Amino acid sequence: MKDFILPGRDMGTPARKGAPVSLTIDGFAITVPAGTSVMRAAAEAGIRIPKLCATDSLEPIGACRLCAVEIAGQRGTPASCTTPVAPGMVVHTQTEALARLRRGVMELTISDHPLDCLTCAANGDCELQDMAGAVGLREVRYAPGANHFAQRAAEVANPEWRPKDASNPYFTYDPAKCIVCMRCVRACEEVQGTFALTIDGRGFASRVVAGQDVPFMASDCVSCGACVQACPTATLQENSVIAIGTPERSVITTCAYCGVGCSFEAQMRGDTLVRMVPWKEGKANRGHSCVKGRFAWGYAQHQDRILKPMVREAITDAWREVGWEEAIGFAAARLSAIRAESGPDALGVITSSRCTNEETFLVQKLARAVFGTNNTDTCARVCHSPTGYGLKQTFGTSAGTQDFDSVEAVDCAVVIGANPTDGHPVFASRLRRRLRQGAGLIVIDPRRIDLLDTPHMGEGLHLALRPGTNVAVLTALAHVIVTERLYDEAFIRARCDWDEFADYMEFAARPEHAPEVVEALSGVPAANIRAAARAYAAAANGAIYYGLGVTEHSQGSTTVMAIANLAMMTGNIGRPGVGVNPLRGQNNVQGSCDMGSFPHELPGYRHVSDPAARGVFEAAWGVSLSPEPGLRIPNMLDAAQSGQFRAIYIQGEDILQSDPDTRHVAAGLAAMECVIVHDLFLNETAAYAHVFLPGSTFLEKDGTFTNAERRINRVRRVMAPKNGFADWEVTQLLANALGAGWAYSHPSQVMDEIAATTPGFAGVNYPMLEARGSVQWPCNDAAPEGSPIMHVDGFVRGRGRFIRTEYIATDERSGPRFPLLLTTGRVLSQYNVGAQTRRTENTAWHAEDVLEIHPHDAEVRGVKHGDLVRLASRVGETSLRAEVTERVAPGVVYTTFHHPGTQANVVTTDNSDWATNCPEYKVTAVQVSASNGPSEWQSDYAALISLQRRIAPAAE
Amino acid sequence: MRDEKLIRMANQIAAFFVSQPGTASEGVAAHINDNWSPPMRAALLAHVAGGGAGLALAVVEAAPRLRPPPARAAKA
Ligand code: SF4
Ligand code: SF4
Ligand code: SF4
Ligand code: FES
Repeated sequence: MKDFILPGRDMGTPARKGAPVSLTIDGFAITVPAGTSVMRAAAEAGIRIPKLCATDSLEPIGACRLCAVEIAGQRGTPASCTTPVAPGMVVHTQTEALARLRRGVMELTISDHPLDCLTCAANGDCELQDMAGAVGLREVRYAPGANHFAQRAAEVANPEWRPKDASNPYFTYDPAKCIVCMRCVRACEEVQGTFALTIDGRGFASRVVAGQDVPFMASDCVSCGACVQACPTATLQENSVIAIGTPERSVITTCAYCGVGCSFEAQMRGDTLVRMVPWKEGKANRGHSCVKGRFAWGYAQHQDRILKPMVREAITDAWREVGWEEAIGFAAARLSAIRAESGPDALGVITSSRCTNEETFLVQKLARAVFGTNNTDTCARVCHSPTGYGLKQTFGTSAGTQDFDSVEAVDCAVVIGANPTDGHPVFASRLRRRLRQGAGLIVIDPRRIDLLDTPHMGEGLHLALRPGTNVAVLTALAHVIVTERLYDEAFIRARCDWDEFADYMEFAARPEHAPEVVEALSGVPAANIRAAARAYAAAANGAIYYGLGVTEHSQGSTTVMAIANLAMMTGNIGRPGVGVNPLRGQNNVQGSCDMGSFPHELPGYRHVSDPAARGVFEAAWGVSLSPEPGLRIPNMLDAAQSGQFRAIYIQGEDILQSDPDTRHVAAGLAAMECVIVHDLFLNETAAYAHVFLPGSTFLEKDGTFTNAERRINRVRRVMAPKNGFADWEVTQLLANALGAGWAYSHPSQVMDEIAATTPGFAGVNYPMLEARGSVQWPCNDAAPEGSPIMHVDGFVRGRGRFIRTEYIATDERSGPRFPLLLTTGRVLSQYNVGAQTRRTENTAWHAEDVLEIHPHDAEVRGVKHGDLVRLASRVGETSLRAEVTERVAPGVVYTTFHHPGTQANVVTTDNSDWATNCPEYKVTAVQVSASNGPSEWQSDYAALISLQRRIAPAAE
Repeated sequence: MRDEKLIRMANQIAAFFVSQPGTASEGVAAHINDNWSPPMRAALLAHVAGGGAGLALAVVEAAPRLRPPPARAAKA
């Protein structure tokens, strides 16, 4: 019987871990872990007990009584969802008495439910229907009476009836259909951790309400959709299902938004996407998702998508639509001419962290093997390059140490410079669940992030440091740990170089690193620094999670080293519940770094000057490769202005909007003679392009993404590319026009080439991913099953290395002209430069970028909530609306960069990390004042962009 | 390449290695050799040859250890 159970079926209650327990159900012997419910045990034996309020993503509550069973030797009919198994138990799931009982329960439920199944959006996908059938309900004997579903009874309005709540753009709440099973309420609490829903009233009067009985959009709801997924009826229903109908097939794929890398079922009808449902077997997300992945995919069909290639002689001309052949020919001719004149180093590429591993691999191969230069870089430069550098120096590998499941064993979570509820929502939900179980929380961030306000046990400790002082504060934590002897000597002696630790100990113990001294420059009370250090060091499992607030600083790399030092000195490496966990921004930041996007590193992080590494690729590609590091993005732009760098191919990135110091980027692009933009939309960068190649969405291609836990997930094509080609095919067309002679017919062949040349990927191939779902690199002969946790028995580099972390203040200091510090971030509903999310209903949440400012700073400037204000730094100015809030400390202002109209990067400077040139987005000295309109740059820019966006009418 | 930018980048690298045990100029040279493209190294070497105004001592001392850029890039 067991053989027929398909994965993904609802088992009724969550799985348990425990000693085996044997029992019989309807005569079948079955053994399950202790703590398993009778319902789940039956499901494992292949028997489905009728149920309404239970589902396996939620703890059971025993509310509906439909799942009653008989147990030999016990009186009555216990609910099987809340009854745990016991050794030797004998269970009957279907008897005459049970059948009668269940029909009675169903009859009562249905008596308060409209019988409009034929026109209901959940028709065919409704558990209430299924159960009516399962229990053999044939009649409802209750006379029509008090109910919730009829708008009017006789001549009078029904006081119990409520209209639909369609305030949320993605789903509708129809109270008439609610059976009060409370699955939605539990999903919002247990799975999402937001607590937006409650049951109001008692007995017959009870109903589900959002917040204090307000529309969903006015409540705390973050539109994750967990409640919609949990609802067994049409009460909470996706609008796309209401509009289209139920799906008929599904394809497993991976979200293309953030570094969590959630797995989804893309549920289809024909080639129309009906809905995205997070996949229960997905190891990163375990069946949960956020508003972006589940709902914000409308951009794929948006009318702004450019589907035909375009070219123009000069950026001042209007665009001319052409065929693929002409566009590729135009681009290849320009590239060849420039190469002939100025040599290969006048050419370069930018790979995308949004595209697949296979696509990224091909773009850097195009630069190295076809152009003949190492001028390749990626937008990961502007977010996590210090992570790669810092962790390689200390641990020996450029990646985080854990899987996401590890959070279930964390006792003390330290969150530094990250805002997971907005940036990495599904990880945040998993962390909050652990916090509710009692884990401690320490937040090191200039802003009071939402994680601190989640209902959980105990108070989080917030070290609200001044932007730019990370290294000072983290070194002060180390100071407390070494001077109070809280370090793990046995771990350090076994795993690290003791002499290096002794050097670091001497360094950290210096009086200038004491919390009492650091308090003056960081603004964090010394007592809090001491308390945080003690809590982290004392925890059985301490884990550090960090984001762009760590890396995007002039000392980003040093901060990553300081984090690695803390983890090593406390022995928090190499087992579940600990580690150093970078929270990556975009979906494939990890992958784009792994795939050799950086100018000094071949795929697998091997330096271009290493003859052995070059030899591998030279043999595979049949060319000789340059041993010299190429240019980084900012250096390309500099070199363009001095005429040395003349042509660039940019895949899936909008550097004009995402990179700092917009004027510098614009000047660099304007100086180039061949800018090829390959993207979904005419993005901001395309205003400076000569060739536009239409891109494809993640729904239209095969490939893999690698998430923040090094997990390689499959992306699967669910519909044909609207533009005609997947992105990897476009790169191949360009390469072949330059004489490369590539002949890939499927991305799996590219993965085979990656595996053959890159040791950490040696064991990865598509059949294996098909069979296992996903795998975490390294995956090779040494680790055939992949590596959920790294550095288990020893560091990749041998011994862990302690590196001194001297605090060096950034050049970007507030002074009389620019007295405030600006720091930047993102919100939940929007993604990066917003090119996709702005083209979805997500704009309902974040229609514009706003400037958060403390009431004190606002008052002295005469700025009120909602005022348009001028934000100026030494490099530029822009204007946006003010939001007066105590989330930010006095002296600090905060904004996001999702909207091109705001152009927050007009004010950010070209300061960057000392080791990697990752830009210092997180600290800019600024002034804020009242404004009465857009800045000069904003108006000029708007005019310029609309001029350079013109598309000539198609010639007949 | 703009010299003031290269000077700032080189000085930032120097500031890190000066804080480390060992000889700072060795760390500076190794880091620049690993990460800077030939035209950038050429520009830095030219600046050092011209007196090295504004450069941290560790950068000037690192100059002899910098890998000379190949001929093609040096003239750019
Ligand atoms: S969508 Fe998510 S946050 Fe909103 S009510 Fe449902 S479960 Fe809660
Ligand atoms: S809205 Fe759906 S999930 Fe929530 S109580 Fe009603 S029927 Fe159950
Ligand atoms: S954006 Fe991130 S958290 Fe949200 S569904 Fe996609 S991968 Fe998951
Ligand atoms: S399913 Fe067990 S009581 Fe509802």
